[in-house]
Amino acid sequence: MKSKGWQLSSIAKSRLKKRYRKEIRLKVYGQLAIFIALGVLVILLVSVIIRGHSAFTKTEIALDLTLDSNLIQITDNNNMQIKKGKYGKIIRQALFDIFPEVQKRSDRRKLIKLLSKNSRYEVARFVAKNPQLINTTQRIWLSASSDVDMLIKGKAPRDVPQSERRLNDMQLSWIDKINEMENLRTRFNFDFITGSDSREPEMAGIGGALAGSFWTLIITLVLAFPIGVAAAIYMQEFAPKNRLTDFIEVNINNLAAVPSIVFGLLGLAIFIQLFDLPRSTAIVGGFTLMLMTLPTIIIATRAALSAVPPSIREAAYGVGASQLQVVSHHVLPMAIPGILTGTIIGMARALGETAPLLMIGMVAFIVDIPSSPADPATALPVQIFLWADSPERGFVEKMSAAIIVLLIFLVLMNALAVYLRRKFEIRW
Amino acid sequence: MHFIILLVALGTIAAIGFYFARRKLLVSSTKTAVRPHSMPVYHGWYVAFWCALPSLIILLFWLIFENYILEALIRNYLGSELLALSDARLGLVINDVKNLANNVGIQSNSDSALLDIAKRYASMRDTARVALLGTGIALAIAGFGWSWNQINPMFRARYGVERIVRWVLILASFVAVITTIGIVLSVLFESIRFFSIVSVGEFLFGIDWSPQTAIREDQIGSSGAFGAVPLFTGTLLITLIAMLVALPIGLFSAIYMAEFASPRIRNTIKPILEILAGVPTVVYGFFAALTVAPALRSFGEFLGLNVASESALAAGAVMGIMIIPFISSLSDDAIVAVPRSLREGSLAMGATRAETIIKVILPAALPGVIAACLLAISRAIGETMIVVMAAGLAANLTVNPLEAVTTITTQIVTLLVGDQEFDSAKTLAAFALGLTLFLTTLALNVLALYIARKYREQYE
Repeated sequence: MKSKGWQLSSIAKSRLKKRYRKEIRLKVYGQLAIFIALGVLVILLVSVIIRGHSAFTKTEIALDLTLDSNLIQITDNNNMQIKKGKYGKIIRQALFDIFPEVQKRSDRRKLIKLLSKNSRYEVARFVAKNPQLINTTQRIWLSASSDVDMLIKGKAPRDVPQSERRLNDMQLSWIDKINEMENLRTRFNFDFITGSDSREPEMAGIGGALAGSFWTLIITLVLAFPIGVAAAIYMQEFAPKNRLTDFIEVNINNLAAVPSIVFGLLGLAIFIQLFDLPRSTAIVGGFTLMLMTLPTIIIATRAALSAVPPSIREAAYGVGASQLQVVSHHVLPMAIPGILTGTIIGMARALGETAPLLMIGMVAFIVDIPSSPADPATALPVQIFLWADSPERGFVEKMSAAIIVLLIFLVLMNALAVYLRRKFEIRW
Repeated sequence: MHFIILLVALGTIAAIGFYFARRKLLVSSTKTAVRPHSMPVYHGWYVAFWCALPSLIILLFWLIFENYILEALIRNYLGSELLALSDARLGLVINDVKNLANNVGIQSNSDSALLDIAKRYASMRDTARVALLGTGIALAIAGFGWSWNQINPMFRARYGVERIVRWVLILASFVAVITTIGIVLSVLFESIRFFSIVSVGEFLFGIDWSPQTAIREDQIGSSGAFGAVPLFTGTLLITLIAMLVALPIGLFSAIYMAEFASPRIRNTIKPILEILAGVPTVVYGFFAALTVAPALRSFGEFLGLNVASESALAAGAVMGIMIIPFISSLSDDAIVAVPRSLREGSLAMGATRAETIIKVILPAALPGVIAACLLAISRAIGETMIVVMAAGLAANLTVNPLEAVTTITTQIVTLLVGDQEFDSAKTLAAFALGLTLFLTTLALNVLALYIARKYREQYE
């Protein structure tokens, strides 16, 4: 009986085989789909990391600078004078002293291009910190220009014809000589984390954008959390079932699906045009993102509240608690983990949001790090967008590194949300 | 500064009110030996609310209307020649005055008449704010006195507090409604102004889009054309490409996860797929512009095709990757929601798992899957950063995915980023596009909800 496969003709058998093959095919399609999706995710992450990891180090060149007060034009040691001093001259002089053979003007100009255009500010900062060293000779590490930085990091190829390189053969030989003299080093790029935006890729940092994101998110959180939780409590616990509350509910669900750029239009028309709040500031950004985050928080809070079993409510009513007491003493404390998880996820979305911030003018080139929500600011994702628009090669590295930082923050926030849920969630 | 002082003062008065009201109740109920109706805390809260809330409401209204009141007042001081200017010019003058008033200390080189007005504006503003501070504190003290008198053991403070809290909660839930109204009004208002310049028909059916208008009247330049059809087709083309990528991948992975995968695989794969939805769109934009587009271009060259560096294909494909999780997780929910009995009935009849899935489960889950697709489409239409970074600006009327097209959202961003004047048709066009976008996505969302609700099979 077993050996023959009872009641099956050979045609039926082959048909059965075909049917099972179809099943396998379906399964393989599914696996393939998942594989493609995950593969793209991996390619995305890898391409960001490959492009961006090198921005966390930077190339520096040491120069023996003679801090001659006459050349710098400092008469006494006040800070203003030190900051405004003429350091370009002494930097150039120190560089020419290393290469006395370079005499032609055009060659000398090429030589100067090895250093960052902003290196004189670095010297100014050094002198401001150590005013007692004026009129001495000091070995100071200065940022190399972006072209040199790219070359040292291997991002710009050496072995192509001169016309396809940003640096010519002469400049390469100078760099090699500086390297042999051990006047060249790469070190961790603190300026990238703490510095603000700059036109020079080697000087640009995300400090300003981080501060802008911080202020924006603080405003968003301070407004969206209480309003969202209060709205959710009303909808879930107090609201009578009628047309009006139905309307509010539909409204909230629709708001959650409105494209983010429309919120930007709202922010532009209402907050900037109508209320005349200052453009490009974290206040307006925070207000706009608050409206965008609100539905997320409300929906999460309602889910958390409705997960608290009715028995808790009934027990509290049973011992004479009022409706408000039931909610504030019993339901709300039990729903807190869910509410916090939802809020963190909402904030993570707000952190990655770019489009509405473009609308309200947080796309300006801002050099100062914002110290309050009322200062002009950009946010981290907007900074990425700004750098993507810049033609210089060095900015590709910067924006990839900024993406790495952004993703790290998002991973941390989501991990915190998962942790809170795992640790504090009460299962009924 | 005034506002911060006021807030601190209100907080202090409320805290004092809370403490003493509570004390007064405790003392009086021990003295009279009457058991109070409400717990002492409620008496405290009652007084605290009466101290803080009236002033806070006044403060809120002032913050909203300060601008208008001051503007109306300052108009009285503008000379007749300034008042004779057109509304737009007058607005600019008033703006100058405000900017001057904000940095009165800084000597500026603008004319002294304007500086005078600015000084007057600043002094008026400061007077008004001091008055607000005084009124706020006086109101707080009055509220304190009024509520303080009511505190006695018989007073039903809890009812009062609960009424106030309920109103606060109701107000909070109206913020969502106000937001919707705000969106509709802000977009609608500017759109109406736009449509008074450009007719609705021209906007919806015109095939020529070049929004550059002359800023000054004597300037030679294009007069601007606002036919949005190339934008609509561009948006649709990119959305179509995105759905061609996302639908098969999303649906097949949903089927696999719901029907074939073991719980362990499912529990690891599902969150990883959700990461795709959590990646910020600017990162996708970067990916599309710097990785996918060059790759497609060189692949096209290899095949002998001419691929634009900002092709619709690159933007669409990456957008498709972004919306995979929407389709997969929503379809997954729909598939899992199909009752077990259907599945087992089909299997018991001798159908293979594949046949069960295709002939029984998918038809039953179809409304959910369609709703998921509609939501994904609405997401793709409204997506901004990917297209801003990877799609072009040229409004080509084409269906060739290898060419550059532009989309509604790209144009909104280009029209509004940078310096802008609020009266030009160029900026107003962005709001008209915003209105179109809002209505389209709203319609898709409502339709998705309707389909999911109406065609859901009721099995129990």
